[in-house]
Parts: sequence; structure tokens; C-alpha cells
Amino acid sequence: MGLTAAEGERIAALLDTQADKLTASWTDAVAAPLRGRLTRAELQRQVQDLHRAIVEALRAGAFDLTDERSADLRATLVELSRGRARQGFTASETAVTVFGLKQALFDVVDVRGGDAQVLADLLAVGQVIDDLGLFTFETYAKAREGLIADQAEQLLELATPVVKLWEGVVAIPLVGTLDSARAQVVMERLLETLVETGSPYAIIDITGVPAVDTQVAQHILKTVVAARLMGAECIISGIRPQIAQTIVALGIEFGDIATKATLADALRHALRLIEATRKARSN
Amino acid sequence: MTTDVGLGEPQLVTIAADEDVVRVRQLVRTVAVAAKLSLVDQTKLVTAASELARNTLVYGGGGGAEVTVVDSGRRKGIRIVFADDGPGIADLDLALTDGYTTGGGLGLGLSGARRLVDEFDIDTAAGRGTRITVTKWAR
Amino acid sequence: MDRVPVLKIGDLLLVSIQVDMQDQTALALQEDLAERIVATGCHGVIIDITALDIVDSFVGRMLSSIASISRVLDAETVVVGMRPAVAITLVELGLSLDGIRTALNVERGIELLAQAREPETPDDLGIDLDLDRFGPATS
Ligand SMILES: Nc1ncnc2c1ncn2[C@@H]1O[C@H](COP(=O)(O)OP(=O)(O)O)[C@@H](O)[C@H]1O
Ligand SMILES: [Mg+2]
Repeated sequence: MGLTAAEGERIAALLDTQADKLTASWTDAVAAPLRGRLTRAELQRQVQDLHRAIVEALRAGAFDLTDERSADLRATLVELSRGRARQGFTASETAVTVFGLKQALFDVVDVRGGDAQVLADLLAVGQVIDDLGLFTFETYAKAREGLIADQAEQLLELATPVVKLWEGVVAIPLVGTLDSARAQVVMERLLETLVETGSPYAIIDITGVPAVDTQVAQHILKTVVAARLMGAECIISGIRPQIAQTIVALGIEFGDIATKATLADALRHALRLIEATRKARSN
Repeated sequence: MTTDVGLGEPQLVTIAADEDVVRVRQLVRTVAVAAKLSLVDQTKLVTAASELARNTLVYGGGGGAEVTVVDSGRRKGIRIVFADDGPGIADLDLALTDGYTTGGGLGLGLSGARRLVDEFDIDTAAGRGTRITVTKWAR
Repeated sequence: MDRVPVLKIGDLLLVSIQVDMQDQTALALQEDLAERIVATGCHGVIIDITALDIVDSFVGRMLSSIASISRVLDAETVVVGMRPAVAITLVELGLSLDGIRTALNVERGIELLAQAREPETPDDLGIDLDLDRFGPATS
């Protein structure tokens, strides 16, 4: 943390001598901007954990946050910022938990009457706290990114419901813009549902899709081929005139894939095929 | 940091017999799971590895596969290097053509493996052996 | 080397591929199956690949060969239980498994085989029509 051994030792002592008063003042500084969204007891516990971790790291001779001996301190900070990110606090509401220590130090340490040594140490500790704050901020940002990615994925899955329409027939009504990533999720979900439900027919309804590009058309095509490899047939319904034109203009071969105007037509087609199979068997 | 299986340190499998191809598949699967590749991406990578390991054995006369977890800073990935001191490939474009085989196969190993990974690099020449490097990134 | 067991169930042969197969095991299965078809007189073969977490071009070729050999021996083959990730990968690999019948599970596979045998029964409509073409004498 950019400190000399002597500084580290002195600062650890400074933080430790009036520990209770310091953490109380620190908790106050943190509690104000959070406006009761966390209980005081909870904040106090977090602040005490952090205080203990900082003192221990300094005592262990860790003068840098990347130091091996700072592992515990890092873990405490990571846990704190992840928790805040998950609970929906902002970045500054998270960082204030660390910066509150500065405020508390000025409350507890006698700055006016203090000698030059104490002032110098306070400056040095200010640097340390800035480092810790930055680290917290970075961890917070990473955690947020992860959360957002997870949510995006969940939304993606919510937006692609696969429904069992009939015994042996599942349907996936696609609504909205299909990009390549979503098309891929759709493909996997559909194929998984075929296995789960043992349905040999799948209807891909694209009535609600305004446009397709080459990639998306390819994804749909690959889904159909993959389904065939697994022993299931896909029927595509609701192809808009513009999309039909795009498909032809792009030179994409839909070959012998069954296409129907509406979802109802597609279901009727599937039921007819199921009926034909049943007749063939009972003959 | 126990999840970083093999991060930085390559794991080596010698390819000298049929069962080594199976071992390559198993190692690649383990590493792909640890690097958190999606199930489909795991399957694609293991399939590509199976194709290339078999080529190393059958056409390269044996060699090795080196599996490494790599980190681009933004995401993790798996890099596999297949190397042999066999006859090499004289006409690479031809070998990479779907359906081309000199061994009665389907001729989809090289071309298919290339489609299954994110990065595909091949270093070969007649009489100089073959070295193929593939990378698949976690999404 | 492991051998894949071939079970006779009713008038069908059932093969459940359970192991991560070596190439030699796959070739042995091909031979075993041909012998069992002749020995049992079965007309249907179900190959269950539910347990396979990858199918590469070698296994793909084996499945095609089995289907072709069985057909020569008057038996139909159905491959059942292919996992979604495997199917997606095969599409990318470029393997079409032409000429292989597939079904989602063993039950559907049995149905498909029953259907496949139908047209060969003598009272089938198709045969009547064919015979009609040769003139009224046969009708
Ligand atoms: N490691 C290698 N060394 C030499 N030749 C190779 C190697 N890998 C592939 N080849 C050549 O490239 C051809 C195509 O390989 P591949 O696409 O895997 O098809 P297949 O294995 O079915 O022959 C092989 O038939 C062989 O001639
Ligand atoms: Mg090959």
C-alpha cells in the first residue's frame, strides 16, 4: 500500500488504539448516505470486519494491496462490494463504506494538537484508503457486469418460451427482433424441449418477427437440420412476405422444410402427420 | 483460485494409440468444464479435439496434444496444440476441403474442426510435420 | 478393448453405446452387429446413443456403415437418443448422417421400425398397384 514498514506499524497502531470509537464514528459516516437501507448493526459488523482486515494486513507487513499478505483484506473488500452490487447499491454508495474511514479518522485523531508525525501518517493513510476505495470500485463494477450479463441471459430465456401444444407437438412462437445470440438460445431451448417432452414435431412460428438476416435464417435452418438428426421434424409458420423475399434474395435454400401460413395451419399439418403414423402402425 | 485448472500450465497427452484419442477427449472435456464453456461449446471443442487427435495418430504417425487454459483479460478460453513429426500436408487448401480424404475417412475432420472452434491455425509442409493450434473462448 | 453389448429384445437388436468408444471398439461393434443380424434373423436394429456426449466423423461414419450393412442384410437401423448439443455440433461439423433413420428415444425408434416394415406386407396397397401395372392377369 505504498508504505514503509515503520509507517505501516504506526498506522496499524493508530487504527487500533481507539478501535471502538473509530469504528463507531466510521459506521456513522457510512450510515448517513445509505439512509437506513442497511441496519446499523449490519453496517457496524461490516465496518469492524474491514477494520480488522486492514489492521491485520498492516501488521503482517503488507504494504501493497497486490501483496500475498493482503489476501484476507482483498477477500473482505470483494465480499463487501459484491454484496452491495447484488443488493442494488450504487458505486458511490459502495465506495463510501471505505472512504468513511477517512472521516472517522479525522473525528477520532486530534488533528489540531497532533504533531507533524501524526499529520504525515494521516496523509499516508489517506493514500491507503484511496487505494482500497479504488479496488472496491473495480470489484463492484465487475460484479455489476456479471449481474447484468446473468439478467440478460435470463431475459433471453424468458423471451423464448417453448410450449407443448399437443401430445407430440411443441411450438416456439418467436416475437421481436431475432439476433444471432438469441437465435442460438432459441435453437438450444427448442431441441432440449423436444427431448424432454419426447415430441417428434416442432413448430417454429415467426409471425412476430419483423425481419431476418442471413445469420438468423441460417440459425433457423441449422435448428431444423439438428432436429432431424435427433429424429424430429420442424414446421415453420408465419413467414411474412418480406421475409420470404429476403430468404429467396439471400439464396438460402429451405429445401424440403415444411412451411405454413399460420401456427394453426402448422398444427393441423403436424396432427395429420401424427395421425398418418398412427394409422400406419395400427394397420 | 482453484477454479483456474491448468491456467498457464499446459497439460500434455502423448498420442501414440487409439486409447490416447479417448484420453485427449476426456482431458479437453474436464478443462472445458472448468473454464465454464457452455455445454454446446464444450461439445464442439471436444469433437474438434477428437478429430485432430485422430489425424495426429493416423496421418501424423503419433505425436502429442497440449491443452492450456488461456485468459485474454476479457474472457477465458482453451487452447490446444496438436503436433506431430509426420509427413506434413503438402496441399493445405485441398486437405481443408470438405470431403477430401486420403485415408478413406469422411474428409470432415480438418474442415469441420475449423468450423467448431474460434481460432484455427495450422503450420505444416511436406516432410516437416504438422502443428495445429485451436482456441475456443468462453462466451 | 471394450466391446459394446448387442441385446436381442423381441425381434429387435438393441445396442446401447455406454462407453467413450475407442475407434477399434466402434469397428468391432460394426462386425458384431452384422453377425448378430444374420444369426438372429432380426429385421430391426436400434442404436441408442443417449450416453454419447460427442459424435465425431469416425463414429458418424460407423453409424452410416451399420445402417448400410444392416440394409443389405434386410434389417432397418434407427439411431435414437442423440443429445441436442451433439446434434448442433454435427450440423457445424458438416455431418449429415444421410440414409440413417433417427428417433428421439427408444420407444419412438420401435414405432419407426414397425412402420418401416409395413409396406413389405403382401396385402399392402403399394404392391397391388405395382402388380396392376403388369396387366389384368394378376388381379
Ligand atoms: N496430421 C496430419 N498429417 C498429415 N496429413 C494430414 C494430417 N491431418 C490431416 N491430414 C490430411 O488431410 C486429409 C483430410 O483430413 P480430415 O479432414 O481429417 O479427413 P479424414 O480424416 O477423414 O481423412 C487426410 O486424409 C490427410 O491426407
Ligand atoms: Mg480426420
